[in-house]
Amino acid sequence: MFGGIDPSLLIASLMMASVPILLAALGELVVEKAGVLNLGVEGMMIMGAICGFITAVETGSPMLGFLGGAVGGAALSLLFAVLTQVMQANQVASGLALTLFGIGFSSLLGQSYVGIKPPHLGAVPFGPLADIPFFGKVLFGHDLFVYLSIAAVAAIWAFLKYARGGLILRAVGESHDAAHALGYKVVRIRVLAIAFGGAMAGLGGAYLSLIRVPQWVDGITAGAGWIALAIVVFASWRPWRALLGAWLFGGITVLQLNLQAAQAGIPVEYLSMSPYVITILVLVLMSSGRGKTALNAPACLGQNFHAAR
Amino acid sequence: MLKLERRPTPSQFWSRATPVLAVALTVVAGGIMFALLGKNPFEAIRTIFWDPLFGEFAWYLRGQLMVKAGPLILIAVGLSLGFRAGIWNIGAEGQYIMGAIAGAALGLAVFPTENRLIFPAMVMAGALGGWAWAMIPAILKTRFNTNEILVSLMLVYVAQTVLAMASTGFLRNPEGAGFPGSRNFSGYEAARNGFLWEGAGLHWGGVMALATVVAAYVLLQRHILGFQIKLSGQAPRAARYAGVKPDRLVVLCLGVAGALAGMAGLFEVSGPAGQISIDFNSGYGFTAIIVAFLGRLNPVGILFAGLLMALTYIGGEMAATNLGLPSAAIQAFQGMLLFFLLACDLLTNFRIRLAKREAH
Repeated sequence: MFGGIDPSLLIASLMMASVPILLAALGELVVEKAGVLNLGVEGMMIMGAICGFITAVETGSPMLGFLGGAVGGAALSLLFAVLTQVMQANQVASGLALTLFGIGFSSLLGQSYVGIKPPHLGAVPFGPLADIPFFGKVLFGHDLFVYLSIAAVAAIWAFLKYARGGLILRAVGESHDAAHALGYKVVRIRVLAIAFGGAMAGLGGAYLSLIRVPQWVDGITAGAGWIALAIVVFASWRPWRALLGAWLFGGITVLQLNLQAAQAGIPVEYLSMSPYVITILVLVLMSSGRGKTALNAPACLGQNFHAAR
Repeated sequence: MLKLERRPTPSQFWSRATPVLAVALTVVAGGIMFALLGKNPFEAIRTIFWDPLFGEFAWYLRGQLMVKAGPLILIAVGLSLGFRAGIWNIGAEGQYIMGAIAGAALGLAVFPTENRLIFPAMVMAGALGGWAWAMIPAILKTRFNTNEILVSLMLVYVAQTVLAMASTGFLRNPEGAGFPGSRNFSGYEAARNGFLWEGAGLHWGGVMALATVVAAYVLLQRHILGFQIKLSGQAPRAARYAGVKPDRLVVLCLGVAGALAGMAGLFEVSGPAGQISIDFNSGYGFTAIIVAFLGRLNPVGILFAGLLMALTYIGGEMAATNLGLPSAAIQAFQGMLLFFLLACDLLTNFRIRLAKREAH
């Protein structure tokens, strides 16, 4: 059944497929660590996808495209920040609004960009290293963002664990009242975290439209943002486990696409629903395990903060 | 410097006024968006909000209003019960699809039998299909404490692939020359959801929607269950002391929402849509979330909100054909409405005061 699939290619494409959800999940992880539940990941991702695509096509530079994607995602996330942090709106509803608006608005922006090929971003030139059998393909044949996303895991892990800023961020997420009493600017810190999450989701979206697909189609994210949200729960708010989760889901996506192509005898529909079904199963496994996930969740997750004094 | 001061109790006046204010702001912001798209904003707004009601083709379009509003109201009333209790079912789109498939499957299984009981049985099957689909997040929530938001949303994507399987496989029209899509119900008298009042666009789905509004109103105002729903949303701990069982509420709210969404799907597939096809669903399940909030989670409010949202659908289609306004613009417009609504809610819960800057 796996006869036609080359394992080194499978691992290489698994790493590529996991980049968008990994970037988005890392961003959301930081946001949730600050005590904010932003369910608008899907919307920010798709805005990043279209903004990045437009920038890349118009300037001809894929790197500027990624920048545009990050800016697009962050801009939309600031809307969420204004709603929840300034206007005290419900976070769940605001996140949903972000997704509904993002899907509509991105398709509006993308009207005249359907069917265009974006400029190509090649693999990082590792020279002879890329020619090593098996490992060359798996480790040294990727574009810049595969490496950047893994570096981001390490950076965020170190920031949350060792940096003073990370400690403050976690304090705000665990008890906003205590953090406020200590003189930290809860709202300002949360707005920054939200913007960071938006930029990361935007980058992930841009990776989808510029490298993974690569073209613009309506609804390009197809639930990737929601899977990123599930990965944060799966990771129980730990960056390295988010990487594991993203690889797991990247692996499932790639495997089911390969099985579809190889005509393995499993109906296509069962394969294409598998990432979603497995997400549900993983969520069940994680949340049922003696409530450990719930214990690790930031204590102020999803609660609005209003300084009475 | 402006300062926010929490009101001791939410303002009654602003609670009624915010939807109106939000719609007004959305119209202004939408006008700006249409202007940026190179359309005359006044003409676009008139085409969307005025022409369907009072324009040249109003005699036809007014009827369409109830056709589109029916499923929106039906789904939104169900969702609003859960939203009030803090149970976030955002997978109504999936429950809508599964209801349509379940109901249509029953109708197609007995084709071409003519019997008065077939259509009511299909409605029951539709409700059951939506209910069963909603029970998945409900049971996972109560048994394993799994997040119902993510599960119900994931199930939308699963339902979409089931829909693809149905229309290309097990429900495909055997006389359809291999094309995807089921038999069309318009030619099958016993299973057809025809218009009861053609001019008003009222079919059984519309009747059901109106009945649901009344039932939900009574439930929330007069029944202990409605009180428990409201209580657990506003004060979950107090609700537990008052003997409310949260698990029962989860199963109930998700179940009712699922059953209503499933029914909406069945009414649509046997009526306006006519058949199961790959792109049968048109996002009612997601738009209903906006409708529920626009109606302030109040059944009567939802009735008006559903009609307004239906108007933007119909007006949007008109603007697309007459002015060449992209159909995605309407989707963005509806999303914007939810933004303004959530932002305006500030006025309900807070007072905005002018405050002097304090010395630090």
